[in-house]
Amino acid sequence: MQRIGDGPAVRRLLIAAAVVLAALFLLLPLVAIFAQAFARGFDVFWVNVTNQYTVAAIQLTLLIAVLTIPVCLVFGVALAWLVTRFRFPGRRILQTLIDIPFAVSPVVAGLVYLLLYGRTGWLGAWLDGHDIQLMFAWPGILLVTIFVTCPFVARELIPLMQAQGSREEEAAVTLGAPGWTIFRRITLPNIRWALLYGVILTNARAVGEFGAVSVVSGAIRGQTNTLPLHLEQLYQDYNTVGAFASASLLALIALLTLVAKASLEWRAARREVHS
Amino acid sequence: MSIRLHDIGKHFGRTQALEPISLDIAEGELVGLLGPSGSGKTTLLRIIAGLESADPAAGARILFGERDVTQLHVRDRRIGFVFQHYALFRHMTVFDNVAFGLTVMPRKSRPSSGEIRSRVHRLLEMVKLEHMAQRYPSQLSGGQQQRVSLARALALRPDVLLLDEPFGALDAKVRQELRRWLRHLHDELNFTSLFVTHDQEEALELSDRVVVMSNGRIEQIDTPDELYRRPVNRFVFEFLGDVNHLEGSVRNGVLTCGDARLAVDLADGSEELLLRPHEVELAEAPTNEAHLPVTVTAISPVGAEVRVELEADWLGEPWLAAISHASYERLGLSRGARLYALPHRWHRFPTECSERKARASEAVS
Repeated sequence: MQRIGDGPAVRRLLIAAAVVLAALFLLLPLVAIFAQAFARGFDVFWVNVTNQYTVAAIQLTLLIAVLTIPVCLVFGVALAWLVTRFRFPGRRILQTLIDIPFAVSPVVAGLVYLLLYGRTGWLGAWLDGHDIQLMFAWPGILLVTIFVTCPFVARELIPLMQAQGSREEEAAVTLGAPGWTIFRRITLPNIRWALLYGVILTNARAVGEFGAVSVVSGAIRGQTNTLPLHLEQLYQDYNTVGAFASASLLALIALLTLVAKASLEWRAARREVHS
Repeated sequence: MSIRLHDIGKHFGRTQALEPISLDIAEGELVGLLGPSGSGKTTLLRIIAGLESADPAAGARILFGERDVTQLHVRDRRIGFVFQHYALFRHMTVFDNVAFGLTVMPRKSRPSSGEIRSRVHRLLEMVKLEHMAQRYPSQLSGGQQQRVSLARALALRPDVLLLDEPFGALDAKVRQELRRWLRHLHDELNFTSLFVTHDQEEALELSDRVVVMSNGRIEQIDTPDELYRRPVNRFVFEFLGDVNHLEGSVRNGVLTCGDARLAVDLADGSEELLLRPHEVELAEAPTNEAHLPVTVTAISPVGAEVRVELEADWLGEPWLAAISHASYERLGLSRGARLYALPHRWHRFPTECSERKARASEAVS
């Protein structure tokens, strides 16, 4: 029995094409990053990585990611719960609105925030009067990062929760379970993988966001420079090794994220086999 | 515990899913809500459970015994609910599914974990699934899943058990078995049960009383026997089984329709008679009372009786006759045979008939 197109030649050709493409577009750039970073030896790399401005950029980037994730998590779960478990006027509009951060260019998002919260902006004047500075400071970076990343969790959850329906939750409530218990013991276990995946995507985007952040950050070295902005500055200054050292840190975060995701998936699969 | 409903109606947006309904179910009764899809039966069940809210009306009341639960949240109504597609918690074992209701009780009233364990095992024993306690729902068959779902619903010893198309997703044999088993369980544990079904056989076989619904209205509430013998209207009659139609005009006590004639004791005018398949006999010759020539187009000899499909020029839709195997053999039936139908009983629902005629004449004018 052989299906059409399932000859050994075709199979080898397709596998070869996939391997070559993956190598060219995914693996090679990754190797290049680390090769460039270590081009002048580990010592030079280390000096660049431990440079005070780089360290400040790493700290700021991690701070933004750590603050963004819980906000997006709570927002995404609440939104997905709302649009999949309730029927109300405006539900469809809300579902469309979720996609706005995906639809608009991050630079535009940054500009809008600048327009709104900047010193001369609509809300900015009031904020300025109360001595609150959002733009060109880390709170501004946090705001735009949240804007850019807020759909990820909800977008992962909504199709899944729609497919699963609310029958199990209804069953739980007829058995007398309070709302929070239902969420913790029924909803959460059913959505945990999608949730985790949403968080991983959120984290990746929060760490790597450039466009929106570059508009509102002001790129003050050691103060409002995130890792991607810092990297770009170094590159503009012809400090290739420095730029790639920072790039390798970003790549490392990405790799760690992937490893974390893979190991969690592997553990889940193993648990299922055991049961 | 008895269930009493008073003036329970429901709108979804502008469509009325349920006209204000009143219904009394006695303690220990097993009642079937029967109707086609869209008749409002599931909506009514979900309102009783508290999963859906009734339209706010001054008189709208739901009482469980003497307890007014109209404003009570689902979780405080103390009902057991069985869902059509089981709705088992997919990430929990059978044991954990059944134990769930007990484990979420407030700490001060919650039984000890040892007691929970023994209670769950007793329940699983009752549904004959003890050996499956550590399995996950996806590893069970449909019938087994529905039994787990029943055990889960009964874990909190509810006063009222509500079942939404409990056997709808199962194959015929398992359904039959589970029906018998539910009846047995109901009689043994003596709770009040209300179940929704669109299967008339299921409703008639299982229920003490049947509530027939259509278009958000209750058409008739009766015992299965009464319902089948004395349907109050045409809808109930047609919904409860196969129906043959005979339309024609009556003159001088004879109904004529093409070359078919039937002696009837009715006044002159046009009439529509309804006949059950088992009320139609077949013969080789017409009688003085009935001259209804038919041709056999299909024969199904499977079961207690032989079902014969009949066609004729004077018939709009084919008739179905259910005759005994003895008469089948005596007549030596084969496809294409020409015979005479002999109705030994017929029904008519004149009010609706005239209503329809009135509507028809309106349409003409």
